[in-house]
Amino acid sequence: MKMNNVILKTTTQVVFFIIFLFSIHIFLAGHFAPGGGFVGGLLTASALVLLLLTYDLKTVKNLLPINYMTLTAVGLLLALGTASLSAFFGEAFFMHYFDHFNIPLLGDTELHTAMIFDLGVYFVVVGVTMIIIQSIGGDE
Amino acid sequence: MTQVLLIFLPVVCALLIPLLFKKLPSIHTGWFVLLVPASLAVYYATFVTKLENHGPYTSTFHWVKSLDLSFTSYIDGLSLLFSLLITGIGALVVLYSIFYLDKNKEQLHNFYFYLLMFMTAMLGVVQSDHLISLYLFWELTSISSFLLIGYWYNRDKSRFGALKSMMITVFGGLMMLGGFLLVANMGDTYSIRDLVAQAPTLASSPYFVLALVLILLGAFTKSAQFPFYIWLPDAMEAPTPVSAYLHSATMVKAGIYLVARLTPIFAISEYWIWLVLGSGLITLFWGSFFALKQTDLKGILAFSTVSQLGLIMSMLGAAAISLHVDGGSSAIFKFAAFAAIFHLINHATFKGSLFMIAGIVDHETGTRDIRKLGGLMSLMPISFTVAAIGSLSMAGLPPFNGFLSKELFFTSMLALKEFTLFNFDTWGAIIPIIAWVASVFTFAYCLYFLYNTFIAKSDYKELPKKPHEAPFGMLISPIILASFVVIIFFIPNIIGKYFVKPAVLAIQPQLYRSASEIDITVKAFHGFKSTELWMTIAVVIVGFILFSTMKKWRKIYTLVPEKWSFNHLYDQLMLAADVGSKKLSNLYMTGAIRHYLMYMFACIVALVVTTLFLKDGFKFSFAHTAKIGIFEVAIVIVLIVGTLTVLLAKSRLTAIIALGAVGYSVALFFIIFNAPDLALTQLVIETVSVALFLLAFYHLPKRYRIEERMPFKINNFLIALGVGIMVTLLALSAQSQKLIPSISQYYKDTVFTEAGGGNIVNVILVDYRGFDTLFEITVLSIAGMAIIGMIKLRLSRKEKKSHENE
Repeated sequence: MKMNNVILKTTTQVVFFIIFLFSIHIFLAGHFAPGGGFVGGLLTASALVLLLLTYDLKTVKNLLPINYMTLTAVGLLLALGTASLSAFFGEAFFMHYFDHFNIPLLGDTELHTAMIFDLGVYFVVVGVTMIIIQSIGGDE
Repeated sequence: MTQVLLIFLPVVCALLIPLLFKKLPSIHTGWFVLLVPASLAVYYATFVTKLENHGPYTSTFHWVKSLDLSFTSYIDGLSLLFSLLITGIGALVVLYSIFYLDKNKEQLHNFYFYLLMFMTAMLGVVQSDHLISLYLFWELTSISSFLLIGYWYNRDKSRFGALKSMMITVFGGLMMLGGFLLVANMGDTYSIRDLVAQAPTLASSPYFVLALVLILLGAFTKSAQFPFYIWLPDAMEAPTPVSAYLHSATMVKAGIYLVARLTPIFAISEYWIWLVLGSGLITLFWGSFFALKQTDLKGILAFSTVSQLGLIMSMLGAAAISLHVDGGSSAIFKFAAFAAIFHLINHATFKGSLFMIAGIVDHETGTRDIRKLGGLMSLMPISFTVAAIGSLSMAGLPPFNGFLSKELFFTSMLALKEFTLFNFDTWGAIIPIIAWVASVFTFAYCLYFLYNTFIAKSDYKELPKKPHEAPFGMLISPIILASFVVIIFFIPNIIGKYFVKPAVLAIQPQLYRSASEIDITVKAFHGFKSTELWMTIAVVIVGFILFSTMKKWRKIYTLVPEKWSFNHLYDQLMLAADVGSKKLSNLYMTGAIRHYLMYMFACIVALVVTTLFLKDGFKFSFAHTAKIGIFEVAIVIVLIVGTLTVLLAKSRLTAIIALGAVGYSVALFFIIFNAPDLALTQLVIETVSVALFLLAFYHLPKRYRIEERMPFKINNFLIALGVGIMVTLLALSAQSQKLIPSISQYYKDTVFTEAGGGNIVNVILVDYRGFDTLFEITVLSIAGMAIIGMIKLRLSRKEKKSHENE
């Protein structure tokens, strides 16, 4: 059964970016407002699921040629790397560093190594969710 | 140091045995083995004269110093006597086995390895001064005995006998270990010498009697006392040299040794006297009575060993009495210890030779069944002579050593009448009668053994082999033992001086200061006035009548059915342990996960609720609770309705959706309770999991898609109710009594200054306690990989299945 879901496809093209941006927002806001890597990752994954629902597995794979296994691994590496960074400086494992910087355009911004850790969480959550859904969906 | 290391000489030499067996197949391996016990016997013989002037010899090798474990070789009269018996008879048995076992047909490397291992174990038992190493060697004797009984392991009966002896002796050994530990705890030392030194204070300990009973259990099982004797007749499936060595001369005397060794500690207790004396007498009677029932040569000898061990044991019990009497009458009690040791030597000589003769008869005729044998006297004159000497000595006739020890035995039993403590005035008179009756039976089975094998008329053609005299090499050992039987009769006081008295000194150190103080001499003839002589004459007459009328009264053995025997009891116990435990575990290991969950939940409920009320932990107060608003009530109602729907729904789809409703209302709760992060996550996760549930539902096999309500089961209901109540009680109690304030204030104070953040939840997750998060994402990754694995690897399993079907 092939149906021409023009409405769905068009809406998705708009809504996908809104969800994706929202997920990035929630991820970046995590340190000061509700949100963070976990919820952000889940929302990104749901944006991708929306794509999967609208198109099919192959199309999405061609569109976003991401190996989610690698993504998960990279996420884990980032998290572990951040955590062990401090150990190289002779301090306790899992020590975070942060400071305020004056960045052009953004102004006074706080940069925090916890963000990199959270990015690891984000990658892992996106990766695992997509692995689960793709492998179940791809199974015949 | 060499003294203690020599204990290990046999087992070290044993390591060479397989090599010798393989490399020098032309020489019987036994010849090499013979050197070990022979040289050890010579070595121990040098102690005999030295011991008189110099005290006991000790030598210690520390094994685990920090735990106070050591191998201590302690040679006094008692252990020297046993060491000589072990090595001396060991050498004779090895010599005998060289001719008994065929070097081409038998697995000699196994046999001699086990035998040498046993020799070390036995030397260790009798020389150890340390309780733990004594126990170690004790179990080693059990193990090597097990291996030797099961030497012909392709025979069912051998394996059965080996297992039976193992079960019984190891049971006793473990009990004994318990007793040892109790005693060591009481005296705060493992050394037997030190324990003997503080014997009077030990008796006041509350565990004294318990330790006594446990140790006696070990001694009785090893020495085949009533009712643990049942393993010994079954152990006769071993090769005859083994039966002669282990099951007549050495291992079964380990229990005797233990009782003798510990007499100075425990003799103070009346329980010791009654248990040792009583069980010895019962065993004596029981063994001699049932020996007449046997038709197997070795069976008769096995029961006779049981009976003779009972005799020695009863005399050791009587020896314990001598510590309780003083004054004029004490002289008469001193005989018991002397008699026990003396008979121990005698028994080793005549029983060893008798077993060897039984082996020879078996070897030369092909059968041990006494009903088929007979008339061998003219064909095997030397064997007959040796057998006659052995059995007449066992029966207690002059001019053999058995006569002397039987006289001494009667003397010590008659003495018990004089003893008035511990209820002996009422029971003491019966004891000599039991002893006398048992001697009558002993006399009868000795005649039975001798007459039916060698004298009675029989048809040789029915025998599997044509009988003829054994090769000379096989006869050497029994002849040596038999000549000892005669020699000891004529020089009992020399044996007494060098062997018996030092041993008696070890048993009764409280009575004598040195062995030369013991003023006992053995006389063959006490004059016609002595009761003992008339008792012996009566034994001969009545025993002869009993033997000649045997056919008439033998029916009484069938009066008591097999069902009532101890063997049957043992079989039933083993069966019950096997079948019963299987039944028991089948009862609760049903394989149904539902049942296991029920056990677990029921246990948790029982444990938690009991603890809560026993420890008075249940508290209930509303002091710190917040006000309940209208939103909370509404959400709770939705939650309850959702939960009930899950439970009562007829369709699975309804249940899944209701579960989703429950999840979303929990998310609502998070919103009300100011947990935006949790609410966000809960919403997304609930959506994902409902989707997965729907997926699982969609793929259910068609025949399981029957839509029906979950059946009501009262057990499940009760357990679920219990768990619910338990959790509620626990939560209420935990809420009502807070011991320490929460640490959350610290987070509130430092979230910006220290961690540079504003969202406490997220900062805790990535900073304060980022460790948890690190591993949670690891868990997620593993779950993802596992799902891939399950889905992708399924293909190969399908292939495997199709392979199997082919």
